[in-house]
Amino acid sequence: MSARVLVGVKRVIDYAVKIRVKPDNTGVVTDGVKHSMNPFCEIAVEEAVKLKEKKLIKEVVAVSCGPQQAQETIRTALAMGADRGIHVEVSGKDYDNLGPLQVSKILAALAKKEETSLIILGKQAIDDDCNQTGQMTAALLDWPQGTFASEVVLEGDKVKVIREIDGGLETVRLKMPAVITADLRLNTPRYATLPNIMKAKKKKIDVVKPGELGVDLTSHLEVLRVDEPPQRQAGMKVETVEELISRLKEAGRM
Amino acid sequence: STMVFFKVLRASVQTGLRFQGTSARAATSTLKTAQGGFRFELTDQQKEFQEVARKFAREEIIPAAPSYDKSGEYPVALIKRAWELGLINSHIPESCGGMGLGIFDACLITEELAYGCTGVQTAIEANSLGQMPVIIAGNDMQKKKYLGRMTEEPLMCAYCVTEPGAGSDVAGIKTRAEKKGDEYVVNGQKMWITNGGKANWYFLLARTDPDPKCPASKAFTGFIVDADTPGVQMGRKEMNMGQRCSDTRGITFEDVRIPKENVLIGEGAGFKIAMGAFDKTRPPVAAGATGLAQRALDEATKYSLERKTFGRLISDHQAVAFLLAEMAIKVELARLAYQRAAWEVDEGRRNTYYASIAKAFAGDIANQVASDAVQVFGGNGYNSEYPVEKLMRDAKIYQIYEGTAQIQRLIISREHLVKFKN
Repeated sequence: MSARVLVGVKRVIDYAVKIRVKPDNTGVVTDGVKHSMNPFCEIAVEEAVKLKEKKLIKEVVAVSCGPQQAQETIRTALAMGADRGIHVEVSGKDYDNLGPLQVSKILAALAKKEETSLIILGKQAIDDDCNQTGQMTAALLDWPQGTFASEVVLEGDKVKVIREIDGGLETVRLKMPAVITADLRLNTPRYATLPNIMKAKKKKIDVVKPGELGVDLTSHLEVLRVDEPPQRQAGMKVETVEELISRLKEAGRM
Repeated sequence: STMVFFKVLRASVQTGLRFQGTSARAATSTLKTAQGGFRFELTDQQKEFQEVARKFAREEIIPAAPSYDKSGEYPVALIKRAWELGLINSHIPESCGGMGLGIFDACLITEELAYGCTGVQTAIEANSLGQMPVIIAGNDMQKKKYLGRMTEEPLMCAYCVTEPGAGSDVAGIKTRAEKKGDEYVVNGQKMWITNGGKANWYFLLARTDPDPKCPASKAFTGFIVDADTPGVQMGRKEMNMGQRCSDTRGITFEDVRIPKENVLIGEGAGFKIAMGAFDKTRPPVAAGATGLAQRALDEATKYSLERKTFGRLISDHQAVAFLLAEMAIKVELARLAYQRAAWEVDEGRRNTYYASIAKAFAGDIANQVASDAVQVFGGNGYNSEYPVEKLMRDAKIYQIYEGTAQIQRLIISREHLVKFKN
């Protein structure tokens, strides 16, 4: 099969880091903070690599948008088994304003340029929790989408996606090319082994600018302010159900 | 899958005011440094290697370590997994299917694994020790045969030098190897052999010149011995104070016949080979001790930020804060020491002085820091439900194996005086 899969990988603040808001409330502190690949993007890469190992698709291309450091994230994808990478160079103010709409435009442009059959993304990033890029990309390309995937099965020129939804599981069958977003239970991402990390150094990462793809990065969103979540207040212990009800009434909650 | 779930949960839970944990280890800023001069920055590849080792240690070794410690069972599953990830046998040259990593990279990995459990890490490290004589002194046939197989399947090997009657005094070993035609016949007793019961082959040091006046530099020969050679008898697994999942045994050699092709370099070259291995294996041992110390420091720090006494967190009490400070001083310096020792040998220089300093210091501070960690935990620290008593038991051996604390001082003083006089 000559199918090519594009996987988006986002560099985010590592899940284990305690986030701190900048003193000027314009965002969170990222300088000197540990970053790594978005966990849902790891799942996306894993799924793509598995498809390649089953010989159902031919090539896995990892894409990341951002400054120079985005290449670290692409390298991780290469170490997991992606064949090559594309670094879309976005830095400074453009990077600060980079959101799902801009990334979707980039991915759509790349998908056309790279003759892609499948785009696999993480369902959302753990920094902004937008859960929009997959959906927007599909819309811009006018491709079908299978979001919150917990299982992906290739069936000839179609792909069956089992989606995790509030009510349970929904199965959809999409005609490729299509966009899939990975949910938690889709797979368990593999470790990059040391030999694969070394091999990854020989794999190619192409650098492109958004302008070369004909993409306009203008954002129509302005972040006004970023705040810490409110301090968690101490709770109150009650002895009986009656006391609980009277306290709730006192607090005007009932 | 639970780990990934955890990642996602941690990232999206709102917990009010949170403090950023920054440390030099967390930063991934790629600093542009000037050419030459002193540098404390890891390469991107080194950081990636360190990440894999760290992830493996935190996610897979740490949860399994307490039960391996209690049962003393050899951590086969963990070793196999580490082998699959390429974390073991890093020194094996590329021509034999290995990655040919330098000692510095090996140390980075070792520190991370040791952070998880030094018992597991020692079982892995013993492979490096056993292989080192072959790497530095083996001919092409020996390397391909005995190193090649280590990269094809997860096999173990061992360094067989110590005897019941001779540890520090290597020249005092009595195991005899007599040349008979195209073979050597070996008789003797070895003791405290790490991986003794699990090894596929051993590096063996035996005395080939019976003349007591023959100098150590000519009297001993290094051999590679297949563990299934008739006459090789494994003793029972020894029950030790710590690193209990590591397999340590006595091995008896009774008329064991070794083909002359398995002699390293030649008859009489053994002592130098055996000692030469240490320059490359002492830095990783120091790294292991540092990993243990870092773990002890982290556990103690975490506890001190949770436990309260006299109305305040114990970390707010200066007595505890000062303890933590001293522990931190020792950990940072031990790390710098092993890094220097590893870097020196990777640069192609003789690093004996630095390797001994690193091993001596790291071994000593690992014991101090582990003991202090128990102290920070107070009564809880003494109990097996908390992680620090294991660290204290595990730490002791670092002052004993790979050259005792006293032998290191002998080496350091000798090197120092020679340097001074020149």
